[in-house]
Amino acid sequence: MNKLVLLGDEAIAKGALDGGISGVYAYPGTPSTEITEYIQQSPEALENGIHSEWSANEKTAMEAALGMSYAGKRSMVCMKHVGLNVAADAFINAAITGINGGLVVAVADDPSMHSSQNEQDSRFYGKFSMIPVLEPSNQQECYDFAHSAFELSEKYKLPVMLRVTTRLAHSRSVVKLKQKEPQKELSIPEDPTQFILLPAFARKRYKGLLSMQEQLENDAEISGFNRFIDNNDHSKGVIACGIAYNYYLEVSDHFQLKYPVLKISHYPVPGSMIKKLADQTDELIIFEEGYPLLEESIKGGLPSKYSIKGRLDGTVPRDGELNPQIVAKAMNLQYGDGPKVPDIVANRPPALCKGCSHIDMYNALNEALQPYGPGRVFSDIGCYTLGALPPYNAINSCVDMGASVTMAKGASDAGLKPSVAVIGDSTFTHSGMTGLLDAIVESTPVTVIISDNSTTGMTGGQKSHATDRLYNICKGLGVEEDHIIEINPLKKYHEKNTGIISKELLYEGVSVIISKRECIQTASRKKKASTGN
Amino acid sequence: MKTDIILAGVGGQGILSIAAVIGMAAMNSRLHVKQSEVHGMSQRGGAVQSHLRLSDKDIHSDLIPAGACDLILSVEPMESLRYLPFLDESGWLITNSKPFINIPSYPDLEMLYSEINSVSNSILLDADDIAKEIGSRKVSNIVMLGAASSFLHVDFNALEDSVRHIFGRKGDELVKMNIDALIAGKNAAAKVLK
Repeated sequence: MNKLVLLGDEAIAKGALDGGISGVYAYPGTPSTEITEYIQQSPEALENGIHSEWSANEKTAMEAALGMSYAGKRSMVCMKHVGLNVAADAFINAAITGINGGLVVAVADDPSMHSSQNEQDSRFYGKFSMIPVLEPSNQQECYDFAHSAFELSEKYKLPVMLRVTTRLAHSRSVVKLKQKEPQKELSIPEDPTQFILLPAFARKRYKGLLSMQEQLENDAEISGFNRFIDNNDHSKGVIACGIAYNYYLEVSDHFQLKYPVLKISHYPVPGSMIKKLADQTDELIIFEEGYPLLEESIKGGLPSKYSIKGRLDGTVPRDGELNPQIVAKAMNLQYGDGPKVPDIVANRPPALCKGCSHIDMYNALNEALQPYGPGRVFSDIGCYTLGALPPYNAINSCVDMGASVTMAKGASDAGLKPSVAVIGDSTFTHSGMTGLLDAIVESTPVTVIISDNSTTGMTGGQKSHATDRLYNICKGLGVEEDHIIEINPLKKYHEKNTGIISKELLYEGVSVIISKRECIQTASRKKKASTGN
Repeated sequence: MKTDIILAGVGGQGILSIAAVIGMAAMNSRLHVKQSEVHGMSQRGGAVQSHLRLSDKDIHSDLIPAGACDLILSVEPMESLRYLPFLDESGWLITNSKPFINIPSYPDLEMLYSEINSVSNSILLDADDIAKEIGSRKVSNIVMLGAASSFLHVDFNALEDSVRHIFGRKGDELVKMNIDALIAGKNAAAKVLK
């Protein structure tokens, strides 16, 4: 078998497997989830004992991957863009420690926020930490780059970031496979102080990282991942990063454009290649999926005689993902539009599934909060965030993983009583536990509802670390046992559940209500699997 | 040769199965294939679409450009209209007439059907009804695939083969039902076009 049809995410997974990883670490997050799932379902990974269990969050994943690298083996850590915020402490410092076994940080960004709360561009994290970043333009490059990223990582003794965006992560195509690399042998780092970031050691390592920057840029010029494709019309020069290169090729084929193109897939930004294109052409136009990283860096580095167009001057919209129409328009070209969408077509936003346990929880909570008026419910990231929409209108915040508990605490400190947090089981073990401890230490009056559907639902039903552990976690952290209450969110218990919540809202300390009923999606899948239908 | 297809529906209606069958059939017919999918939040009962591109040449963009789509194949009538700006002048709109109503503002059905019929090349048929006759509403997505089969530029036998392959591990009965659905859809569309 030398060809497979793979999603961009799956191609990264297969590239890493064939690149000789011994483990993958991750917390599920759209659009990155399928990387780890592919490895979890891979018979060859199972056979070779490759680690693929989910981690509690992106930070624990990043650290575990670094630990595997310390032990001399190749490891990969995967996350969505906002997950890198959670992992940032470990990520930035991993550039200072450097690596032993090759370490690849695969990050999937979500421009246009299809399934996210922002559209931050992870390439900035790559630049910030001063490590190489690879940005594939298609599924084949997802595979090829993942495969060679480990060698690159070991060459520089640095982690390497592999950055994709939603469209590539979730688009399928044929991928040709390369030769499989064996796993590395166990070995501890040669320098016993490499991973000890005491200031005295860290200063030395940081100087080392700085001294490598010129070489990293030089290598980006010659690696072959960045390519200059000359053509005869030099009135414009096009720079296209990652998947933007595909959109540009689509447009240039259709409209038969003859501009020279610089394809960027390897950072740090290759300054001489850009200078060469700028010197040959009257105007540069830049297409990048995400923030104007390249555009900013070029504008800063070139004298103002160069004309540079992109997201900053409005030639390309400042936000949102690219597509062929946007690229064509920026080149002053236009695809013919089909018929307009008729006015009668209504929006169909995502919604909680029929029979979902979050619905019954929200119905009870809404009724219990009726006497106090609106604006008291801090929520979190997951399916239950859809409780923000009608008919529930049940929550007032969704900021980042775990923020429900701590924002409820802060609001309570400010005098908002009752103050309620609604958090999912998997989100709670991801980042809610530490915030709960803050509230426990101060006996802050907050009511924390853990809506426990025993899975990580929004990303498709992955295993939750919280399953069957929530009561003991809360008890162990120090919540009084009388105020850890389990309810069964079913319509028939509505009145009873409302009564329990009402009572806990009055409690002048920390109370936790575990509202527990399995996700109907995972439950019906299990039922199907057991009956063979 | 190129066929650019937008598959439309609501999360959970099975458009990815349609994509998988066409994709495999195209691949086995030595065509290039790219197929973008929607994962994550929208899968929870929201509008979902998949861009499926088949060609005998290299395919660049994962997304179909506006106004260039040869076929909108939808398993839900309102969703078929959401992607009209992508449709080429000579493109076809083929949709199931059975609505999936999970929003309060769902439009009047007669108005919806009249909008669909006003698209110059359109086929509207009740795939759920046809699927029910075959044995299960669950195969209505494959009925719709059958209805679109003569517009794909992929051999019908290749589609049958990939149905057999994809549903094979779920047992002979399910394979037969899906093959029946494929054929019934093809016949139903032929009848409409007469």
